[in-house]
This record gives sequence, structure tokens and C-alpha cells, in this order.
Amino acid sequence: MAVGRCAGCPARMTPRERVVAIREGAVSLRCLVEGRGAPVVFFHSFEGLRAWPEFLERLARRFTVYAPLHPGTQGSDGLETLDEPLDLALAYDEWLGALGLGSASLVGHFFGGMVAAELAALCPGRARGLVLLSPMGLWLDEAPLPDVASLPPADLQPLLWKNPASASARAWAPPPADEEAKVAMQIERIERLAAMGKFVWPLPDRGLKKRLHRISAPTLLLWGDADRLNPLAYGEEFVRRIKGAELRLVAGGHMFPYESAEATAGSILDFLAPLAA
Amino acid sequence: MKLCVFHLMPYRFLPEDFETRYRSVWVDVPSQLYDPEKGRVLYHEFLDELEFAEAAGFDGLCVNEHHQNAYGLMPSPNLMAAALARRTSRAALIVLGNSLALYNPPVRVAEEFAMLDVLSGGRLVAGFPVGTSMDSNFAYGVPPATLRERYYEAHDLVIQAWTRADVFAFNGKYTQLRYVNIWPRPLQTPHPPVWIPGGGSVETWEWTARQDYVYCYLSYFGYKHAKKTMDGFWEAIARLGADENPFRAGFLQLVGVSETDAQAETDYAPHVHYFYQKCLNVWEGFAEAPGYRTVRTLRTGARPQVGLAAKQIRAALTWKDYVEQGYIVAGSPATVREQLTDCIRKLRVGHLMVLLQIGSLPKELTLKNIELFGREVLPHLRDLWVGQKDRWWPSGAAPAAPLE
Repeated sequence: MAVGRCAGCPARMTPRERVVAIREGAVSLRCLVEGRGAPVVFFHSFEGLRAWPEFLERLARRFTVYAPLHPGTQGSDGLETLDEPLDLALAYDEWLGALGLGSASLVGHFFGGMVAAELAALCPGRARGLVLLSPMGLWLDEAPLPDVASLPPADLQPLLWKNPASASARAWAPPPADEEAKVAMQIERIERLAAMGKFVWPLPDRGLKKRLHRISAPTLLLWGDADRLNPLAYGEEFVRRIKGAELRLVAGGHMFPYESAEATAGSILDFLAPLAA
Repeated sequence: MKLCVFHLMPYRFLPEDFETRYRSVWVDVPSQLYDPEKGRVLYHEFLDELEFAEAAGFDGLCVNEHHQNAYGLMPSPNLMAAALARRTSRAALIVLGNSLALYNPPVRVAEEFAMLDVLSGGRLVAGFPVGTSMDSNFAYGVPPATLRERYYEAHDLVIQAWTRADVFAFNGKYTQLRYVNIWPRPLQTPHPPVWIPGGGSVETWEWTARQDYVYCYLSYFGYKHAKKTMDGFWEAIARLGADENPFRAGFLQLVGVSETDAQAETDYAPHVHYFYQKCLNVWEGFAEAPGYRTVRTLRTGARPQVGLAAKQIRAALTWKDYVEQGYIVAGSPATVREQLTDCIRKLRVGHLMVLLQIGSLPKELTLKNIELFGREVLPHLRDLWVGQKDRWWPSGAAPAAPLE
């Protein structure tokens, strides 16, 4: 799936594409790169990376933003060799090495937040700073997560957005041009959800809680004040388990980085800029 | 030609407004709707029906595995097959089957099937389904991305456990065992015939053909809609250079036999409606987890049998539609004979499995259906495919004595 311009965004940037292979080609990661300055890696969630979003655009004015596509999605390969979130985090560790980045600030949304936290826990030296945007990776019986990978789109939409009728929510899923495009979109969606689902099916509690105490990077958690998908109780649990972590609310639903791009980017910049200096 | 009765063992007492009030018959169907006292009666009715089918001249009795649903009350079909092994003496016991990817270690399947084969005197057919998405991904929690890999690995382990004389180590990705050495061993040699139930995926056709197993298309859309899928299967067979023996294939068809075509509507219409509207009322989110089907199969345009699109297709169907479109073959014995002959020839199937207890069909009507089929239909189909050898039939099963 092509990553194009976000409709209605005031964006000016066109990210470069880089494909980097590790493990003698067994894993090949496609990545979008934009901006100048110290490196920030952004790990996407189940929706993939449809366009270069405004909050990344804002980050890229101060940092070099690397946004890899997870294995098995949108042109990245090697999923069949990776079974656990640990495998995925190790692959990203090797990928950072292949890019020549000793360390970077790590940012991730939901699934991507789990990946960023795994990487920061497994290889503390890789993470200069850690920003988790409504991350997954834990399970609380008292706050069960919806089954994101299998919810029909019509049921998922109201859980994602504070206001599903807003311009940012509507711009997110433009209708396909024709039947062929529709089928291609459905297949791409199924592949993407299946690939990421491999690491968190049937529940996302895959060992992260045993490793969170290893995180040494300064950590910020951002949460939408109307997140109907990922209960705030998880934010509190992450804060309890990561030493010194701080939790802040941003206006928006689960998709607050897209709904409140300016506030999200502002919080991330305020937190990461002193660490990158 | 082999004719087998298939039983799903559905719960017959779902409320009238089930499909509008509850989103799914599968996975999260409310447990309050199940009454174990009624369940006790149902199990005995269903077993009576299958035992009667042997007496009525059927070659085989089919049971299968499903979980967390009111559509089929057999989380363990092996228990039903064990009961049948004691109360029947001739018919093949076709367990379609045990979902290999759900058992850890899968040698459990090798053991239980070996027990059934010994207990029944070599009458077992071993079915290995991948399992529906509802069963495998949602009820049993297997990640869709690993389901097929687990399945193939478990298959290799079970076949080795049945056939290798030595004690061996198995170093799989999903199962690791230092000592594999099952007791008891199957009675049939080298092992019971293997049938693979499937829903029309390309990989399954090719794999089944390469293994030289029977492929069973279990469709609820009926034989007329099945032509495209079965043509695809036979094309795969030809592509791989295997022979066109019709006994490579099995097919499931809903059938209702009555004295006349009009009587068939009276007898079966409400129960067929119960089956399609209630028993197949699966919530869209459970119909097919992302990754359950491969991209290659998705590209062939294959669609799930349950979920929103299938539900919309079936919502408006009348008895006339069910019959005309072949969802059910129903009518007088002459009507059923004619249509089933057409079905068997066009799909080129040597093993026809007929679903004669359908939805809420009560015992007396089910017995009538079995009896009429056995007396008025079965003898007329028996001689189809004469001259073709069924290499996939259990060695301990015997043909029916001619009816007096």
C-alpha cells in the first residue's frame, strides 16, 4: 500500500523511503524517513501508516523521524521468522544497528507502543527517551481490551475516535475508487492485522510485564482523555511498572495523535528535546 | 458409491427471536440458553438416530468437532464415536474430525483415534480439519498467522506416531517431545484412512492431493453453488497428475425425503429455516479472523460461509429458494434420487454425506427421513461409480445387508 499525502493536512513534506535488510535478507524492513536532527523512531499501530501524519511532520521539523513498517505489513517482510514480541524487538535492535543508529528516542502508538517498550526494556542502551502513546502489551482482568484485530470496521470506528464524525476521522478512511481497489484494500487490511495479530493473539500479555523494570530511559506516557479502546487503567499500570514514568492526558480518543496532532507533537517535543541535546 | 449420514448435533431449543436478539450462535452465545436436562435428551436422540442409520443401510456415520456454540454440541466427537463403536457393528465411523492444531501435544489425537480404531474393529476414518476460525482462533485462541503451520506440524507428528515402530524424538516448532511411542496402535495398516474436511482453500486441495487423502467439501450453500469449488479441486488434482478417482472427494448435502414434494415442505421447511437463520447466525467479527485464510485463497474470491455477507444472502430465502438453489435437496424419493444423482455426477464425489437431522428437526421426523432415504433413495445411488476402487475406506467396515 502506498503511503501518500494525508488529505486535508497542511503537510509539505514527502518522506524518503529506505528498505533495510537484516539477517542476510530474512527480514527486510521498509521505513519512511523525514526531517533533520537527532533520530526519533516511530512505531505504528494496527492502522498502519496510511499517510505521513501531521504529528510526525511536526516532529520532523526538529528530529529525523524514522517510521518503519512492521514485518508482514505494507512492504516489510520476514514475519514467518518472528514469533514473539521479543523476536520483533530483537529484529528492531538489529535494524537500528544496520541504520548506523546507536541510540534513538523511541515513540510508539498502541501496538507500536508495545514494540517501543519491549525494545527499551530489552536493550536499554538503544533508547534515549521513550514516549508511549496509549500503548498495549499488558492485560488487566478488570479492564479487558476489545478484540481489535477482529472487530468489524463499523464497530471499531466509534472506539477509535473521540468524534467519529470529525474531519480527521473521516479523512482517515477515504472510500475506494472502484471494486478492484476495494478488494485490494480489504486484502491489505487482512494481511496487516494478521501480521501484527501474530504477536498479541489472543491476548497482548506476552511477557512485557516481566521486562518493564529494565527500562532506564526517561519515559512519558500520553493518553487520549476520551480513549474508548484502551482504558486509562493501563496507563496507570505502565506508570507503576516503569521507574520514573510520567502520564499526561491529551484531548482526543484512542487516535489522539491524529485528532490532536499539535498537542501530541508539542508534548513529545517538550519531553524529547532536552534529552536529545 | 458410499453414502454416509452426517450429524451436527445442534441445540434444538433456541428461542424464537434468537437471531435478532443475540449476535452469535458461536463463541459468545449466552450459556443461559443451554439447558443440560434438554441436552441429556438430545444426546440420546442423536445417538439413536445415528444407530438407526446403520440399520437403514448407510455405509458410514459422520460426527465432527466444534466449540462454544449451539450449532453443534460435540466439543469432542471422539466421545460420540466411542458410544457408536459399542452400539454399531458394521458402519464406518467417520470422525471429521479432530482439529489437529488445537491439541498440545497432538499425540493425544493419535492416541484417541488409535483407541477408536481398535475399539471399533478398524472402522475409523480419521478426519483432520484445520477447524473453523470461530473454533480455532476465537474459542481456542490459536493465532491465525500460525494456525496452518501448527496444523501441518501436528499432522506430521500424528502420522509418524502411528507408523514408526521406533521410539523417536520430535523436535517441532510447536511441539517438542523426547519420547514418542503411543499405545495403543491403530488396527488398520498403515493407519486409518485420512479425510480432510475443508471450505475451499487452494492450499488444502493441493496438500490433500499430494498426501493422497480424501478431500471433503463441507458446504452449506448446497450442491449447485459447490460446482465452482469442486471444479477447482478436480483441476488441482489434474494439475498434480493424480487420477480422477471420485472417491478422492466427499461432499456434504442437506437432504429431506418425504412422501411427496409438498409433504417435504411441511416436514422440513421450519427446521431448515431454523438451521440457516439460527444455527448459522455467526457475528461478523467471529466469521473469519484476519489471517485465517491465506492471501492466495482470498484472491480466488472465496468467501466465508458465515458472517454478514452470508447472512444477508440467506436472510430472504424462502423454501422455494432453498430447494431451487440446492441448499437442500428435498421432495419425494423420485425427486431426491434425481437431484442427488445429478449432484454426485456433476461434483464427481464418491463419498456423499447427507445431513438428515437439520436444525430443529425432531427425532420422529429425522427417523422418517433416514428410513425413507435408506429404503427409497440409497439403493438407487449405490451403483454409481461401479468399477472405481475406494482406496480410502476403513478396512473393518462392511457393506449393508440387502434390505428385505
